[in-house]
Amino acid sequence: MEDNQKKASEMQDDLARVQVLSPGMMVAKRFFRNRLAIVGLVIIICMFLFAFIGGAIIPYGQSEVFYRSEQVKKDYAGASRITDYQVMMKEGEKLPSDGYSESVLAITTGKKNFVTADKQRMCIDELGEETYVLYKGKVPMEKNEIGMIFKRSFTPYAQDVTFSYEFCRDVITAICKGETKIENGGYTIEEFSDSASMVLDAKGENVAYVSDMNVNAVGGGVFLGPDYKEAVVNAIDSDASSFTYVNANGEEEEYLVSRSGGQYVIKRYEESRVIDTYGAPSNQHILGTDANGMDLLARLMYGGRISLLVGFVVVLLEVVIGVIVGGIAGFFGGWIDNILMRLVDVIYCIPAIPLYMILGSIMDYMQVSATVRIYMLCVIMGLIGWVSIARIVRGQILSLREQEFMIAAEATGIRVSRRIFKHLIPNVIPQLIVFASMGLGDVILTEASLSFLGLGIKYPAASWGSIINAVNDSFVMTNYLFVWVPAGFLILLTVLAFNFIGDGLRDAFDPKMKR
Amino acid sequence: MKKFILKRVLISILLLFFVTLIIYGIMRCMPTSFVETKARELSMKPGAKSFQEWKEQLDAAYGLNQGILQGYVTWASKAVRGQFGDSWYWNQPVLKKFSSVIWYSFALGLASFILEVLIAIPAGIAAARRQYSWVDYLITVIALVGISLPSFFFATILKWIFSIQLGWLDLYGIVGRMHEQMTSTQKLLDMGQHMILPVLTLAVVSIGSLMRYTRTNMLEVLNSDFIRTARAKGVSENRVIHHHAFRNTLIPIITLLGGSLPGLFSGAMITETLFQIPGIGYTSYQCIVQGDIPFVMFYMMFMAVLILLGNLIADVLYAVVDPRVRVN
Repeated sequence: MEDNQKKASEMQDDLARVQVLSPGMMVAKRFFRNRLAIVGLVIIICMFLFAFIGGAIIPYGQSEVFYRSEQVKKDYAGASRITDYQVMMKEGEKLPSDGYSESVLAITTGKKNFVTADKQRMCIDELGEETYVLYKGKVPMEKNEIGMIFKRSFTPYAQDVTFSYEFCRDVITAICKGETKIENGGYTIEEFSDSASMVLDAKGENVAYVSDMNVNAVGGGVFLGPDYKEAVVNAIDSDASSFTYVNANGEEEEYLVSRSGGQYVIKRYEESRVIDTYGAPSNQHILGTDANGMDLLARLMYGGRISLLVGFVVVLLEVVIGVIVGGIAGFFGGWIDNILMRLVDVIYCIPAIPLYMILGSIMDYMQVSATVRIYMLCVIMGLIGWVSIARIVRGQILSLREQEFMIAAEATGIRVSRRIFKHLIPNVIPQLIVFASMGLGDVILTEASLSFLGLGIKYPAASWGSIINAVNDSFVMTNYLFVWVPAGFLILLTVLAFNFIGDGLRDAFDPKMKR
Repeated sequence: MKKFILKRVLISILLLFFVTLIIYGIMRCMPTSFVETKARELSMKPGAKSFQEWKEQLDAAYGLNQGILQGYVTWASKAVRGQFGDSWYWNQPVLKKFSSVIWYSFALGLASFILEVLIAIPAGIAAARRQYSWVDYLITVIALVGISLPSFFFATILKWIFSIQLGWLDLYGIVGRMHEQMTSTQKLLDMGQHMILPVLTLAVVSIGSLMRYTRTNMLEVLNSDFIRTARAKGVSENRVIHHHAFRNTLIPIITLLGGSLPGLFSGAMITETLFQIPGIGYTSYQCIVQGDIPFVMFYMMFMAVLILLGNLIADVLYAVVDPRVRVN
């Protein structure tokens, strides 16, 4: 008796030990058995971590610009031959307003005498090659000398040193006559070439540098001494493209000489801070920097946030609108169904990408801010994409409506909205979930394509598609692979993962699967 | 059948009317930067009228000074007679410009269509036959990768590999540098060489969905009763697959492909822009950016007609190919 009872209770225990799974758990079991779906799930979780947690961890912002120091060739000085006559007046003398032009006219015509506009008589006397002395009156006499006309420049040995007329006159005279000594002050003249000479004082120090070239520094406040100018003129005369000069600190500096037109430009290398464009991957920037000096890894993370958010918001919007419209059309049938389906057809026929482009250019014109653009983009994509979901929901409901459980629900007197939302829609959800997860991938691709064309997310907000936009320049495409390959790869991985999940869900929900 | 087609055509015309109305409304909302830029240019010339006068004259000439509904009625009344006006950007009649560029897009579409069909259908059938084997997994993964690839990314990778690293193909354009000096066969070959990469891009991006569709349908057919009967009767596996199952699989596939035939003319905007093939996609992209209303209206209407035609063909083919639908 007791054995029988024990056996009976054991059998009941066996019955109790057999696991009964609800349909939801069966779906989950089939889903997790699918290897591709697990891979997709893992990839999506990694993407979320990368975009949201990574974006919070990385120390750089998405629009932070980085700089680097680089040796940049900068213009330092310019040199040109003196082609116009220079006039130097004696102290206290003034040249009349047309004196210069009259003198030059006199030189070129050979008429030594001329009258200026205010009735002053002047004459010139040739001192040497292209050098003249200006006198008052008709006859050149030493006491009537008022100035000199020549084609040279004087460079003093230090800043703010000016030379007296006497000094210049003596130097010019000595140079023209080929003498090397000046009694007044004991200066000696060292001739380098027929166009350049250095004036040394009694102790042998450089006093002035005379040459037929004008050498001026580009930056204000920089003083070029006589030996520097001598080095420049030597380099130009010997047709060299670079020369070295020992500066005041005793360091050797290299200068580059280049010619443009009748002018010579002297450049030198200077350290300056430039924007770190297209910096190669390094320890500081793991994926390098893009065209504007922004760190690529940070931009990818922030871009991932936007892409994922846009995907979810748009699909949510599509599902809500699609379920409502499709549900009403499918449930009520008749003329409501007809009208709603015609509306679906009209929206389906509008070509999507040209529409986005037109709306994008309207938003450009109205100059909306970047955040508003993102919201508008989400809303517009949702408003166009709900049609396919509505069609599917309507199809499902049309077939479910005739099933017996619906007739039973109607017979029990449940009101219409409860019948739709508690009985009908939950049976539509499997197909809906599959479609929504495939649709997520689609939306992310569309958003990337729009950003690539420049219509979606605008600079400086990052988006994966707009990062790839840099490949429109073939130079960037060839040489800076690190700019566009990671972004494209991330898009591919994300959409692929969503498609894997959608595929796995479809197989899991399918009741006709063999296994 | 005839009544069905007639009814569908009438409804399509009604839909076309609404679609073009919506599109025209949106186009009119576009900033009239094209007209303003042109008016500004013309008023800068020496001795020209003022900017305001030029703008008013151009507005009247281009029909922009009417309200949206009125403007639409003007456009529609001309369009019904086949006069689509002159394109502002290209300075040619819309139809003339259109017919000069559409054939490039059609050639691209046709070539990629043939490539797709030749690759995807056998692959899908092979995957369904050996379900759960490594062939099935491989083909499923390839199909999903194809669906997930952004077309611009794949096009850039192709360009990088074939044009830059290997140097086999040109980077842009439809013709090479020496095109004018070639004989006519060489000219054809030259154009063909430039179309290789775009066709490859378009094909790879579309084979994915066709492969999966074929595989799903084949699986469903292979699970049906008549196949089980055929196998039970002792018919060889090859005949079961190629004779019995294949025909039934083809029914929805032909419907899908027939429905996508009009889409061959639609042109792929992104691929054409990336490779600078002067097809309808690239041309309309330039026109949209410039705000050229006549051309864009024509293009959008053309696309809507293509979509409606595609739906119609798909439905008709479904009834033609499958006798069971006709009985119902």
